[in-house]
Amino acid sequence: MCNVCGCGTGEVRIEGLSIANERAQMLPVVPGLGQGHAHDHDHDHAHDHVHAHDHLHFGQGPAHAHAPGLSQARMVQIEQDILSKNDGYADANRRRLAQRGIFAINLVSSPGSGKTTLLVRTIEALGTSLSATVIEGDQQTANDAERIRATGARALQINTGKGCHLDAQMVGDAIERLAPPDDSLLLIENVGNLVCPASFDLGEAHKVAILSVTEGEDKPLKYPDMFQAADLMLLNKIDLLPYLSFDVERALAAARQVNPRLQVLQVSATTGEGFDEWLAWLRAGCAAVRRVPAAEPA
Amino acid sequence: MHEMSLAEGVLQIVEDTARREGGGRVSVVVLEIGQLAAVVPEALSFCFDAVTRGSIAEGARLEMIALPGEGYCMRCERTVPLQSPVDACPRCGSGQVQLTQGNEMRVKEMQIEPEAPDERRVAAR
Repeated sequence: MCNVCGCGTGEVRIEGLSIANERAQMLPVVPGLGQGHAHDHDHDHAHDHVHAHDHLHFGQGPAHAHAPGLSQARMVQIEQDILSKNDGYADANRRRLAQRGIFAINLVSSPGSGKTTLLVRTIEALGTSLSATVIEGDQQTANDAERIRATGARALQINTGKGCHLDAQMVGDAIERLAPPDDSLLLIENVGNLVCPASFDLGEAHKVAILSVTEGEDKPLKYPDMFQAADLMLLNKIDLLPYLSFDVERALAAARQVNPRLQVLQVSATTGEGFDEWLAWLRAGCAAVRRVPAAEPA
Repeated sequence: MHEMSLAEGVLQIVEDTARREGGGRVSVVVLEIGQLAAVVPEALSFCFDAVTRGSIAEGARLEMIALPGEGYCMRCERTVPLQSPVDACPRCGSGQVQLTQGNEMRVKEMQIEPEAPDERRVAAR
C-alpha cells in the first residue's frame, strides 16, 4: 500500500502481465477496525497451537530464538526511513543507469498537463540525434505507450492498478524488460498525480514537473512537495495563454517560493515553442552521463 | 488520511528488525516525525494500535519525537525556524529558504522484551 495516500499496490502489471509484488506479499493482513471479536478468536487459536509444540520448536524458529543471556528488555536502534525499502531499489536503478550511461528523467504532473503529448513531440524533435525509450505509468490502459510507439520509439506500459504512483521496484523491472540502449535517454512518465510520486525516488537523474497554464497559478503552493522534489519545471501549453487569464509571473513566483533552485522552461508541446531550450537541456544531461563521448557535438 | 498505510510501513520495519534481532515482543516503538510532514500524530497513533493487533508489536507504546521545521535562508546565510514548507524567512522575509528539517518520517528505535511463555503466542503470529 502507498505510504503517502493509502492507495493499494496490488494489481501491478507491465504490458498486461502481472508482476510479483514482494512488498504487497510482505504486508501483514490488517484486522479491520471494529472486528475485535473475530480477532480474539484467531488469537486464542494460535496460542493453543504454539503451546502444544513448545518443546519441539523452542529456540529454533526465527521468531522464537532465544539468545543466551538475553533476559531483559533492550533498545534497538533503527534510524530507518519509513520509505527506505523503495530508496534501496532506487539506488540500485541509479547505479545500473550510470553504468550504462543512461540519462533518466521522471516526469510528474497532474493528469491532463500534456505529459504524453510533450513526450511525443520531444521524441519526434530529437529524431535520430538521440536514442530515447519511454516507461509509461498509468493506473489502467496501454494507450499512452501506444501513442509513444507510434513515433517509432520503444515504450513499455506499467499499469499500477490501484496504485497512485510508480515505485522504484516497478521501474527496475521495467528497465530490465525495456533494456534501453547504452548512452541513451530514458523518459519515465509517472502516474498523473501531484502528491504521491513526490515521495518515491525511482533512481532518476531529475524529476521534471509539468504545470500547464490551464491549471491554477498557485498549484506549486498547493502541492509543494512535488515542486520541491523537482529540478526542472516545464510550463506547458503556453500557446493557450492569449485565451486564458493565467498569470505566468504569479505561477513562477509560486514555484520559486516553494523551490528557489527550480529551473523553469516555458514550452508548448502543440506548437513546439520553447523546445530548443528543452531539447538542449536533455542533450546536456545525456552528454554529462555518456560513457562514450559523442562522435560530433549535438 | 494516509496514516493507516504509514502505520503499516512502520510495522513492516519493526517486524523486519525484530526478525533480524532474533524475535521477542516489541514494547516500545519510537518515531521521528517532522512537524511539516503530512502526518497527524493522533491519527497515526490510532492506526498503529489497529495494524499491530495480532503482531509482535501488539500493545506496544508508540512514541513520536517531533522535529521542528527548519530551513536555510540563503540571504541570511543561517538556519531559521519554519512553520510551513513554503514559509518566507522569519528574519528577513526572503523566499529563498531551503527546507532542511521537518519532513522526516523515520523509525528511530524500538524496545524488545524477552519472550515470556505467556507472550509467545503473540510472537508466533
